Amino acid sequence: MSTTTHSDYRAQLETLWEHDALKIVAVIGAIYLIYAAIGLVLGYSLDGIINTLRRMTYLIAVYGMVTLALNLHWGYTGLFNIGIAGFMAIGLYTTMMLAKPVDPSGAAQYSGLGLPVPVAIVGGVVVAGLAGLVVALPALRLRADYFAITTIAFAEIVRLGVTSGALQEFTILGAELGTGGGRGLIRNYGDPMNAIFELEAFSSFVDLTNSLFGFGPTQARALAYSIVLVLVLAGFYWLIQRTSRSPFGRVLKAIREDEEAAQSLGKNTNSFKIKVFVLGCALMGLAGILWRFRRTGVTPTAFRPHVTFYIWIALIIGGAGSNTGSVLGSGLFVAVLFEGPQYLRRVIDQVVAVDDAPNTFAGAVGPLLSADPGPLVRYTFDEFLTLQFVIMGVALILLMQRRPKGLLGHREETAAAIPLGSRPSGVGTGGSDGSGGGAGSGGGSRGGGNSGGENGTDTGDDPGTGVDHDRTHDHPDSAGTNAPDHDRDTDPRTTTDATSEASETSEMSETTHTGGEQP
Amino acid sequence: MSDRSVNVRSAETGTNIDAGADTESVSRPTTEHGDDVELAVNGLGKRFGGITAVDGASFAVESGSMTGLIGPNGAGKSTTFNCITGIHQPDAGTVAFQGQDITGINPYECADYGLVRTFQIAREMANMTVLENLMLPAKHQRGEALWRSVMPFARREVAQQERELLERVWDVLEFFEIEHIAEEKAGTLSGGQRKLLEMSRALMTDPEMLLLDEPFAGVNPTLEKKLLEHIHELRADGYTFLIVEHDMDLIMDNCEHVIVMHQGSVLAEGVPGQITSNERVIEAYLGGDV
Repeated sequence: MSTTTHSDYRAQLETLWEHDALKIVAVIGAIYLIYAAIGLVLGYSLDGIINTLRRMTYLIAVYGMVTLALNLHWGYTGLFNIGIAGFMAIGLYTTMMLAKPVDPSGAAQYSGLGLPVPVAIVGGVVVAGLAGLVVALPALRLRADYFAITTIAFAEIVRLGVTSGALQEFTILGAELGTGGGRGLIRNYGDPMNAIFELEAFSSFVDLTNSLFGFGPTQARALAYSIVLVLVLAGFYWLIQRTSRSPFGRVLKAIREDEEAAQSLGKNTNSFKIKVFVLGCALMGLAGILWRFRRTGVTPTAFRPHVTFYIWIALIIGGAGSNTGSVLGSGLFVAVLFEGPQYLRRVIDQVVAVDDAPNTFAGAVGPLLSADPGPLVRYTFDEFLTLQFVIMGVALILLMQRRPKGLLGHREETAAAIPLGSRPSGVGTGGSDGSGGGAGSGGGSRGGGNSGGENGTDTGDDPGTGVDHDRTHDHPDSAGTNAPDHDRDTDPRTTTDATSEASETSEMSETTHTGGEQP
Repeated sequence: MSDRSVNVRSAETGTNIDAGADTESVSRPTTEHGDDVELAVNGLGKRFGGITAVDGASFAVESGSMTGLIGPNGAGKSTTFNCITGIHQPDAGTVAFQGQDITGINPYECADYGLVRTFQIAREMANMTVLENLMLPAKHQRGEALWRSVMPFARREVAQQERELLERVWDVLEFFEIEHIAEEKAGTLSGGQRKLLEMSRALMTDPEMLLLDEPFAGVNPTLEKKLLEHIHELRADGYTFLIVEHDMDLIMDNCEHVIVMHQGSVLAEGVPGQITSNERVIEAYLGGDV
């Protein structure tokens, strides 16, 4: 008796698992719980813990957006784009140049066009898309590997271009603009989110977060921003899901599988490739804008090639070809590979109180001769940021060897605007007695099949989803096993007073690590 | 056009396998170009570097016929196919389909004219299901415009068209008797099933004429027989076939017109009886340079 209810319960759970949204919520929820639990165990303040989760949300949302766009390029169409950072840079730089005030005052340096922020964002997205077009027109004639080289070369041209003195300040059609060269651009206009922050309702949100988590206004704004990003991520997901589950997406998949065969079946593959490349680049541009446009400024170092490779790692973890996988991959990448090692370091630092490390590698290895591993361990620990790259590399190699299809890459998402279930039974029986069903008039058989088709829509549910139970059940577990390593959020902030100041600094520290080494 | 192919498959198939030759002239709409030539190749030439793969090949394929194109290895059969369907640009000569000049068109335009090919080695979309493979080629899919697939109102229309298309796909599957593999990934199919898929996929483009590049290579005798039956049925429905094949006997038994290529040009042309007794053909096949 109890076993039956148990299995019923289990069956119910498994049905629930088939909803992709639930998979995402469950995996990311598990990550958050683990981070929060460790924060609580170590006795961090509530606002510190929430702030950590907010930061994770922000990163997952941004990485998720770019990964989804890359999935459209690589997972669906097989376009090997390794110039992602370049398109993100174009989006952000364009937006900033459009939004900066016309008359620079004081240290605010270069002038812009002074357009309203929403217009500037649209401009940034459009220009990123156009950049995609410029790359696509000549490059799509190339074979996949040469195409990849073109994209990364383009990204480097963009990065070196905005760094160069030549574009530091320039005049185009009578308007003075500038990329600021190596010093970058300062955001000398209001917070781009002010349209929301200045709403009446927002002040009650600030009060709410203050009473719930003890947040100050700055933290409340950051939290609201993360929530907005999650909504945008949902929009990305919806858009790309729609794009891929359609006749358009079907042609994209066919291009990935065998472009020449797709052409021989009457598909103008170049036109599809250009469209999808431009769309993906525009989305990458938007993600680039949202990634950093609330910062106090932008420098070219933010768009070094490793940003591109982070996105690729996230896509590979999640499994190319699956939109749900892309979001899950971003979540796991941020939680385990990106933030994980940083937290681990802070936790160790706090719990063990590590001694000073030797300055040179020789100094670290030398004592090994006298059987003293201490200096080497401390040295390694000191170089944790570098170690993070090693960990990512190892993770990537393991993934490629053990699980090249990632978490959900084995599950091909059906490229059709309707579910393609088994043939509705009514038509099926018609077919089984030879041509009997069909032998009537063509119109008749069409009519019968039509209603059958509708039945099929209802009954023939996605055949692919049932397969994943085991795998998806793994996620929380695997997150669980990894968690103790990285998880403790060592946010040192304990008092509300300190937090508002600290929050700004933490935003800047995001700059440091997402953008890599900042001078 | 799409109506015709639905009818072909749902109304006529299975009933008139044996009636092929009789119904041919009835169901085939005569072309407006008088002499009923479906495909005319004139002086076709193609060189790769110093090698002349096709050297002034000329032949014609009659509407509604089943024409065989044979020749020893390296005779230029596949290159001829590639030049006709736009995969290669011919260096010389012209190709006309139903009286329209289609020399050097893009491969994707070829299918628009109603001329579609299959490949020597089946080129299924391995990671797509059979259903997806078959839904791909249909023409005039509204949802291939990105905005229609995304915008809520337009998408309803797209879904409606998809339902109609899916039903046609099931008709084709039924015709080839491969309904049981509908939901399989194409990459998991057997060699024979792939050949069937390849042919069904070509049919989904609503062609007038099919160019089959060695459709029987690596196919067991039972399946070969079945494939031939299907081809005869389709021909009875008015499709024109040009088949490249190595197996002389198969071609002689099934085609009413045979073209023999040798060293890039047409060596002989005629009804099977003429070909088998042609001295030069025998020499080309059995002589020193096979």
